[in-house]
Amino acid sequence: MATPTLEKSGKAPEPEAGFADSPYITATFRIRRFNPEVSEDAQWQDFQISIDPKERVLDALHKIKWEVDGTLTFRRSCAHGICGSDAMRINGKNRLACKTLIKDLSPEKPITVEAIKGLTVLKDLVVDMDPFFQAYRDVMPFLITKGNEPTRERLQSAEDRERFDDTTKCILCAACTSSCPVFWNDGQYFGPAAIVNAHRFIFDSRDEGGEQRLEILNDRDGVWRCRTTFNCTDACPRGIEVTKAIQEVKRALITRRF
Amino acid sequence: MQIHKYDTVIVGAGGAGMRAAIESTKRSRTAVLTKLYPTRSHTGAAQGGMAAALANVEEDNWEWHTFDTIKGGDYLVDQDAAEILAKEAIDSVLDLEKMGLPFNRTPEGRIDQRRFGGHSRNHGEAPVRRSCYASDRTGHMILQTLYQNCVKEGVEFFNEFYVLDLLLQEDPETGVRKSAGVVAYELATGEIHVFQAKAIIFASGGTGKFFKVTSNAHTLTGDGQAAAYRRGLPLEDMEFFQFHPTGIWRMGILLTEGARGEGGILRNKDGERFMEKYAPVMKDLASRDVVSRSIYTEIREGRGCGPEGDHVYLDLTHLPPEQLDAKLPDITEFARTYLGIEPYTDPIPIQPTAHYAMGGIPTNVRGEVLADNTTVVPGLYAAGEVACVSVHGANRLGTNSLLDINVFGKRSGIAAAEYSAKNDYVDLPENPAQLVVDQVERLRNSTGGERVATLRLELQECMDANVMVFRTEQTIKTAVDKIAELRKRYLDVSIQDKGKRFNTDLLEAIELGNLLDLAEVMATSALARKESRGGHYREDYPNRDDVNFMRHTMAYREVADDGTESIRLDYKPVVQTRYQPMERKY
Repeated sequence: MATPTLEKSGKAPEPEAGFADSPYITATFRIRRFNPEVSEDAQWQDFQISIDPKERVLDALHKIKWEVDGTLTFRRSCAHGICGSDAMRINGKNRLACKTLIKDLSPEKPITVEAIKGLTVLKDLVVDMDPFFQAYRDVMPFLITKGNEPTRERLQSAEDRERFDDTTKCILCAACTSSCPVFWNDGQYFGPAAIVNAHRFIFDSRDEGGEQRLEILNDRDGVWRCRTTFNCTDACPRGIEVTKAIQEVKRALITRRF
Repeated sequence: MQIHKYDTVIVGAGGAGMRAAIESTKRSRTAVLTKLYPTRSHTGAAQGGMAAALANVEEDNWEWHTFDTIKGGDYLVDQDAAEILAKEAIDSVLDLEKMGLPFNRTPEGRIDQRRFGGHSRNHGEAPVRRSCYASDRTGHMILQTLYQNCVKEGVEFFNEFYVLDLLLQEDPETGVRKSAGVVAYELATGEIHVFQAKAIIFASGGTGKFFKVTSNAHTLTGDGQAAAYRRGLPLEDMEFFQFHPTGIWRMGILLTEGARGEGGILRNKDGERFMEKYAPVMKDLASRDVVSRSIYTEIREGRGCGPEGDHVYLDLTHLPPEQLDAKLPDITEFARTYLGIEPYTDPIPIQPTAHYAMGGIPTNVRGEVLADNTTVVPGLYAAGEVACVSVHGANRLGTNSLLDINVFGKRSGIAAAEYSAKNDYVDLPENPAQLVVDQVERLRNSTGGERVATLRLELQECMDANVMVFRTEQTIKTAVDKIAELRKRYLDVSIQDKGKRFNTDLLEAIELGNLLDLAEVMATSALARKESRGGHYREDYPNRDDVNFMRHTMAYREVADDGTESIRLDYKPVVQTRYQPMERKY
């Protein structure tokens, strides 16, 4: 063996990165299954697995898929909260499976896992993301400038840069939009994520497209639909103050100052 | 089966693919095929920054950057390519800023810069501030900015399309193989699509998932490299894999080198700043291969931390909390979420993590893929981690990969679109999708007793144990034998999901096949390289051997008449311009 640590981990029984000194528990994952190739009806299915509670829900889903039922279907990629693939509804709350540790979910009771709401479920935990990305595209999520480009970079003060820092963190996971009761009832509503991404440009001092974006969001399906329930802020795995960003866009619409 | 026709097809929508798409969409009818939604790509996980000698905060120039890149790559870098990388870095960063990227700013409002491993002033005198950054989510901001600009340019994406085969056609007159198209599997429907294109760019990323402790996403399974390799194209320098010094202990999640750039220190169980012993000038900011070896040397000599002595600490506790919040918010959050540790007050347990493939599909500086040491495959391009230009040589410097994807993504996007403007379609072969159809049907109908997850885990544990930071003839041979065994057992793999709709069970099986092919190439290339250079460290040959091994490895898949497969190794000279190889000290 070439590398000392790995010699040790080679003996460890657990298949995924875990903690040798922590006890395994038996946890029940109650997962909302849906596959129209098999049945038109969705149903709950329980899986009991032995797992380290310091592991992530994503680890549990992998354990089920890899060792018990290969048909269980979900999206995932980076596994540490930056790619935004694995937003799902866990114990009734929208979270990223890869950022949620099992120990934080009262694992003595069944842990429920289902697809995020408001977007069409295609199979198990996979939803149709196209309407979500369409709303994003509709707010013109790119820097709009006029006149000649400078030779070097555009100047921006550290304070101006800080003004929209929070909304640059968005990973487009849809946890916010699919936690919004207004969006559940009306899929035409742009939803919090699109507004967050409009905010990111409206409050960027380099951008000159603010008026256009504000007009788009002044629409009947725009920011005024927000009822400030704060579900989106609670759901955001990146800690973005989503409701505050929406309020700032509303205020900018009234004052036309941004 | 559907057949589509585009001027240019790009495979992959990470940084390199989208940077290429922005250029090629302006010039030709382009389709981007991507197995993930573009914003899920692993470019988004890069943290620390993108190197460019802007000299915004202190004296710097691209020639110093070129030298550092060549030295960092232990002189296996093609020097003409490194010079292009360092020169075009400046415009690449400015391009991104003009596209809207929110870089951190200096008090004067310019793009701020910070220190990073291996980047120095005046050829190694002292660390220099060269990394342009956006907090510790520079990759995220690059990925978002490029996607935003793809939206602006109206780039056409085929999301969740897995490219499984590359179609090449031999020109009957000249005997030259040209690219004709690619074959893709649509995740949503299970349908197979053939894309005929005049020019094709592979930008499908790395292959880190053949290791267990890795910073790489689950989806980084070397699909592009494997497709090219199976069609007889060579893979260059696959033995060179980078182990990033600071992955979260046992999980492998990346903690940016920017943490050390901001002043973070590596410590052993005695609290000693051990890098002072190994790299007196650059200390914690020596190149990654050097730091990773130093960490394992500490661990092997009994100075590792924890009950099992199997990790060391990344200490940020002496840095002001405001600095951590402003410059390193994501990685401090990772420590809190996954380890329950407060980085303001407690050091973070870390170990080296498999991070980046220096090798890949060989290209020239225009991004054109090579079929051997000199012959270009007309119409075929590659950029980013899937490619080997080679600007990274035997060890990539931190911040040079975000740079690579931008410089060579742009170059290949322009070159491919110009090629498709001047050339015609190459006829598709008969039954163009046959290989993919056979592969998919075989896996779907297999009743064998092997499981994908079992084989993958055995592969990952074997790779971690035998071809990681330290290697010997014996450990590499162990890996070669084990991989051969796993490849046999792979023929008996069966899957449980037999359906067409979102069959990720099937795709994981296909990805495992790719990983096994590439692991074999890697181990075989490593066995033959009887020297130590950059990321490839042989305990039985601890010195660099410029007489025998100052050359790139070129690995080819060969199939004998009876169907047996083997790997043929050949070598390609390194391009040297103005820098003579020297002993590498930090």
